[in-house]
Amino acid sequence: MEARGLIKRYGDREALRGVDLVAEPGEVVGIIGPNGAGKTTLLSILAEIVKPDGGSVESPNGSVGWVPQQAALYRRLTVEENLLLFARLEGHDDPAGSVEEMLELTGLGERRRETVARLSGGNQQRVNIAIGLLSRPSVLLLDEPSVGLDPRQRARLWEFVSGLAGAGTTVIFSTHDIQEAERYGQRLLVLADGESLFDGLAEELREAVRAEAPEAADRDFETAFVAYLHHRGH
Amino acid sequence: MRWLLLKDLQVLRRSPLQAVLLVAYPVLIAVLVGFAISREPEKPRVAFLNEVPTGTRVSVGGQQLPAAGVDDRVCARVQCVRVEDRAEAVEKVESGDVLAALVLPEDLVSRINSLSTLTPRTPKVEVLVNEEDPVKARLVDERISNLLAQANLAIARRIVVEGGRYLDLLIDGGQLRVAGLAVQVLGLRATAQILTALEPALPPGPLRTSLRQVTNFASRARDNLDVAEPLIERLAQPVEVKKEVVDGSSPPLEIFAIAVAATLTLAFVTVLLVAGSLALEREENAFPRLTRGLVSPLALLGEKVLLGMAVGLVVTLLMLAGLQFFVPLQWDRFGLWLLAVLAGGAALAAAGAALGAAAREVRAVSLLAFMVTLPIAFLSLVPSGAIGGGLFDLIEIVTAVFPFKPALEAMTAALDSAGPAIGGPLLHLALLVAGYGLIARLALRRFAAV
Repeated sequence: MEARGLIKRYGDREALRGVDLVAEPGEVVGIIGPNGAGKTTLLSILAEIVKPDGGSVESPNGSVGWVPQQAALYRRLTVEENLLLFARLEGHDDPAGSVEEMLELTGLGERRRETVARLSGGNQQRVNIAIGLLSRPSVLLLDEPSVGLDPRQRARLWEFVSGLAGAGTTVIFSTHDIQEAERYGQRLLVLADGESLFDGLAEELREAVRAEAPEAADRDFETAFVAYLHHRGH
Repeated sequence: MRWLLLKDLQVLRRSPLQAVLLVAYPVLIAVLVGFAISREPEKPRVAFLNEVPTGTRVSVGGQQLPAAGVDDRVCARVQCVRVEDRAEAVEKVESGDVLAALVLPEDLVSRINSLSTLTPRTPKVEVLVNEEDPVKARLVDERISNLLAQANLAIARRIVVEGGRYLDLLIDGGQLRVAGLAVQVLGLRATAQILTALEPALPPGPLRTSLRQVTNFASRARDNLDVAEPLIERLAQPVEVKKEVVDGSSPPLEIFAIAVAATLTLAFVTVLLVAGSLALEREENAFPRLTRGLVSPLALLGEKVLLGMAVGLVVTLLMLAGLQFFVPLQWDRFGLWLLAVLAGGAALAAAGAALGAAAREVRAVSLLAFMVTLPIAFLSLVPSGAIGGGLFDLIEIVTAVFPFKPALEAMTAALDSAGPAIGGPLLHLALLVAGYGLIARLALRRFAAV
């Protein structure tokens, strides 16, 4: 997936200012930045939900799966009914077969007949991701997927996502948790106030932070990162 | 679209309380409104004392009129509480047990009979009132005044008929019974003929001239009395009412009540369901996921309108079938009912979609739908002439913009075979479907905002 010079304005406010992003097959790219940095706007443009005011997006062959930050599913329907509905709407030849596949992949088979409203936040997020994966996308966009999850659920989520990437799916996720991004993102894109500040490997980001904010270099990475943003005027 | 429709029905089935309320509440309101409109006002309790001796009849010109059935007539208009005497009537009025008392005195009939004699006495009835409740007091006044007006008119007509008989006797002659004896009356016509025949037998001179004057008088009197008879008849009811319907044809009250009840049910079910269902897509964050290539916003709107029409149709038809037990309906007009319910449902559902697209939450949109539908429904029932002209024009505009009134007109036309044509309301509804559909589609753009 390749995006070049993306610009998005909401009235007078510029949400994105010429942002570039390139992701290779099987790569896990983390988009980090404080609240209001433009992370969700960037993912929404990549998912073709929001049209950019400038720039271009080239998607690979095959569909792009999108998992929004808040679970986009029907809480009064069961896990199985939710999956079946979206499989039917996507026009699968064998919707029931696709549902079985997703239930197995996400480990939700035993909870298939439970209404989503009764599931924990973590399991709701798994269903949310399962719907995003129904079309077997070559690119999966995850908008802050671990928000509201406890550490155990978070670990299971990333184990699952890593498995997808290992199978060749490109994963682009957003987060404001710098440590999570560093741990799971093979490559990181730092956004602040709609501006792209950094694009590179996690180790390279550490070096950039040290170079930009040497006074915070011996402190924890999150504090150093905040100092880095401050130095860059954000 | 069918999978979304199935999903919405599944969601509805999973919320039994909501589904029951959605159906039961409007049906309850509709039935209450139907009752309120179709039921006659409560009859006021009135103490009734008839002191006229049994078997006494009004007689005019020696002829007894048929029994008037006064007791039945009075008690048909008010709730009669029989009392034994005037004191009991006064006591009941004072205690508030009854709002009024009507006393027909013993000499009422003899006084009526005296009207056709040389010594007429005015007949009187006595009304004792308790005006503690101004609304009911006015009702009592109206009922009793109306009753007395009818009685006066009936008596006047009888007197006129008898007077006419006397005039005929005077003009044409005939037999008159006086104190049981038959008396032959010659009549003006025969008098004039006899006098005309006698005239040649008299020699010319003052006697013959006088006879001619008498003959002329008899002829003129006969001619003028011929004209007088219809004039006297007019005295009984000098002003006639000529009713001409120049605009609108009102259906029977019970049909109108059913149409109101059915339209109210249809309006609440479709507007609330569609508005809530569309807002739910946003509340569940499903809208962006759905419209990301799976369903177009227009198709989603179409599905919601279809959902509203389908559920509205089922609930309204069930309600009509239930009302069939109370009021016979013309089932041979079922096709028109279907047309009216579907067209009304489509317009109301489109309005619901516009409301649903404008709000963010299901609760907010439900409240909004309720707050819009209920006052519009009541405004649609305000008849012309009940309020000032300017205000009524404003209400006409407001109610024309919302689909309730045209839906009610379509339903009334469908239910009443003698009612107005259904074409106009259907066209009106079609325009509203297009208008609200456009508003909903534009409002849906806000849904996509992240």
